[in-house]
Amino acid sequence: MKLIFERSRSGRGLGLLPPCDVPRCELPENARRTGRPALPEIGEIDLGRHYTELAKQTHGVNDGFYPLGSCTMKYNPRINEEMAALPGFTGIHPLQEEQTAQGCLEVLYRTQKALGEITGMDAVSLQPAAGAHGEYTGLLLIRAYHQARGDLARTKIIVPDSAHGTNPASAVMAGFKVVNVPSDEHGFVDLDGLRAAMGPDVAGLMLTNPNTVGLFDPNIRTITDIIHEAGGLCYYDGANLNAVMGIARPGDMGFDCVHVNLHKTFSTPHGGGGPGSGPVGCKEFLAPFLPGPVAEKKGDTYAFAVPAQSFGRVRTFCGNFLVVVRALTYILSLGKEGIPAAAQGAVLNANYLMKKLADGGYEMAYPGICMHEFVMTLEELKKETGVSALDVAKRLLDFGIHPPTMYFPLIVHEALMVEPTETESRETLDEAAEVFLKILDEAKNDPENLHTAPHRTPIGRPDEVTAARTPVLRWKAE
Amino acid sequence: MSSYIPNTAAEQKEMLAALGMTSPDELFSVIPKELRASELKLESGKSELEVRRIIEGLASTNTRYSAIFRGAGSYDHYIPAIVKTVTSKEEFVTAYTPYQAEISQGVLQSIFEYQTMICELTGMDVSNASVYDGAVAAAEAVLMCQERKRQTVVLSGALNPQVVQVIKTYCASRSIPVTVVPAKDGGTDAEAMAAAVNGETACICFQQPSFYGVIEDAEALCAMAHEAGAKAVMSVNPIAMGVLKTPGECGADVAVGEGQPLGIPMGFGGPYLGFMAATQALMRRLPGRIVGQTADDNENRAFVLTLQAREQHIRREKASSNICSNEALCAMTAAVYLAAMGPDGLEECAKQCYDKAHYAAEALCVVPGVELVNDKPFFHEFVTTCPVPAETLNKALAEKGILGGLPVEGGILWCVTEKNSREQIDALAATVKEVCGK
Repeated sequence: MKLIFERSRSGRGLGLLPPCDVPRCELPENARRTGRPALPEIGEIDLGRHYTELAKQTHGVNDGFYPLGSCTMKYNPRINEEMAALPGFTGIHPLQEEQTAQGCLEVLYRTQKALGEITGMDAVSLQPAAGAHGEYTGLLLIRAYHQARGDLARTKIIVPDSAHGTNPASAVMAGFKVVNVPSDEHGFVDLDGLRAAMGPDVAGLMLTNPNTVGLFDPNIRTITDIIHEAGGLCYYDGANLNAVMGIARPGDMGFDCVHVNLHKTFSTPHGGGGPGSGPVGCKEFLAPFLPGPVAEKKGDTYAFAVPAQSFGRVRTFCGNFLVVVRALTYILSLGKEGIPAAAQGAVLNANYLMKKLADGGYEMAYPGICMHEFVMTLEELKKETGVSALDVAKRLLDFGIHPPTMYFPLIVHEALMVEPTETESRETLDEAAEVFLKILDEAKNDPENLHTAPHRTPIGRPDEVTAARTPVLRWKAE
Repeated sequence: MSSYIPNTAAEQKEMLAALGMTSPDELFSVIPKELRASELKLESGKSELEVRRIIEGLASTNTRYSAIFRGAGSYDHYIPAIVKTVTSKEEFVTAYTPYQAEISQGVLQSIFEYQTMICELTGMDVSNASVYDGAVAAAEAVLMCQERKRQTVVLSGALNPQVVQVIKTYCASRSIPVTVVPAKDGGTDAEAMAAAVNGETACICFQQPSFYGVIEDAEALCAMAHEAGAKAVMSVNPIAMGVLKTPGECGADVAVGEGQPLGIPMGFGGPYLGFMAATQALMRRLPGRIVGQTADDNENRAFVLTLQAREQHIRREKASSNICSNEALCAMTAAVYLAAMGPDGLEECAKQCYDKAHYAAEALCVVPGVELVNDKPFFHEFVTTCPVPAETLNKALAEKGILGGLPVEGGILWCVTEKNSREQIDALAATVKEVCGK
């Protein structure tokens, strides 16, 4: 594939702007750049074809099954896209007077309310732009709370060893030290280990529930009680909310604040890595510390307000607004019945696929009923055949299936984490199961074919070591 | 009502039966009874047509202006048709982060091309794949510059105030002291800033053009920082890079900015695009994803996410940042925009912004009591005094379908882009004269 710069020919371009209709004036000489940027010079048809080529080499949700654990790659409804593209939203300046943007404010307000209800929280900020950004925001709430009470000794955040890497990274950005607590043999938080970590220096806990191995921790109330008794607060990482939305609420589990990923649970698209949106909800006592502004309703009108003791801003304006429009569209479509139905469908699909794979010979890291995802361990298979989780993942590519999340969580060896989501049909699951079992058969009879997979993709396995050792991070004219 | 679940109730029952279950409740038997939620206090689910009516109704209550003279961090530029066509392709919209390189060459290559264009725009060596917005880009840049013995930050008071707030948030949580040097004549007070920089200063940060539109002497500011042993973070308007001296030429260590002007709609504030580029020396300190070129096992050119040893999924608490999701689709939008504009188009766009802003400033300043507040060269934003309350003026402008400038201390901050025709500017000036001349 040519780079767009390699398609460039001097003098080509599009006719986009009219001639200047005001007198020209000169920019001061010393302020001017010397050379021109080497941007592509290209006709519209070649520009269009370039990106069509790139699209062909991109695997979207509509290109095939996408059971990427922890990422909730559900279908992205088309109506969401149409609503987010309405000129009545896209053409609105974020600093327009509030009375001229009542529709936007109402979108924010309704979404805040709905997310609060779904998570069992009292107040919500839509400012964080992604999940990790939400984690950071939630931790700043915890920090602001302790500081406001003059309790400056609370410097530690407890993170289970099964956590997503963003958890410890966010805690450090928020100025905390990270204390990892072990998981027990079921993948749950080890209660004794947790109790041992308690002390007057504990600021709080970060936890996903269901956790990263796809299990709902039945001790959750005990866990949040342990933290609260020690004077800490509990942060719910909403990465796995899709399993329990409308079924169980973080607020009722004893969590004090939460972030949700609109780009996972609430069907907004991932965009090849973003934009997402990571709204943060909290209980009443944390609401004064939220980043501002938040949308409020006064009588019949909507307005922005900055919470009284707000710790500040984490982003300009009010967050990824057009992503919020998509999420509200989705929430209105599902409603109070559809939200728990989606969770139930996600858990059903995961268990259905897990059973098929377990019956077919795959080893589950945690057998039994799972939530929205399950983790397989290929450790034994690797010992027997030399075939790794990576090999299986790469072979799946040949069948048009996006591989499960690999080598995560870190506590399971040769892990493959499978999350089918509720939007897949039974036939898709049946067909995927057949492919998985065929690959298992290949692992035993023709392992070489897996070591060299994929065979049918636009490129073979890329050399990542060279990429990192001698970085080439931009194109340069020869 | 829809949950987008294709399986019928009967099919779901069969699937449950395959698991030896009769009720879906059994799937959740592990959840303690007292934690089971009662019915959500939300409305019932709605059909697509009903939802469309509600959301379209909300959109229609917003005021869409036919002419916009407000910027201050969000800019109304012309978005070429090809930009929307390309970036609404389903594959790009719905794909996940390109960790599986073999089926993600499209997204990876688009980011590699984006990184190249950002380097070209800014004159820097390396770019990352984007962060959330321009303010977070500035905050992350400031964190990048921290050294063991240099941990304070000096900000120009002529930065966008929201950017200052975000930098302060990011620094407060790391206990990094921040000094804001008040603006002077709408720009950075170079003398006061030099006085504020000392042996503990990790970096300075300023904006080009300033929040008030002033073209800064960026070279001098960067040189001042370097003389004191500090680094310089320069936040730039990407359209202005069509004509203004680049951060690379000015000697900046990190260039950041809000990428929204590059084909991304104002959209009531987001999603936007934080771009970040740095010198080669700082490459491994950049936060977030970076795409690199390599080869596959058949020696074909290939692209991968690289230098991942900086990132949270590998380094956890030792990562350079917690960022995971970024603004990939917005980065692609910017790249398509820049490819559509080309070097000539971008330069022309920047020139027209400049020319039209100066035409508008002259037209407005004809009105008695309306004067330029700052006697400094400006790009496409400027502050004038306003002899009547700014709200009164903006209300009168709104009645003519014009979004007036942003009220700021001492007057109004106006913004003019290539989208504003001479006719619109004349209409603006006429209304200002009408209201202020009374």
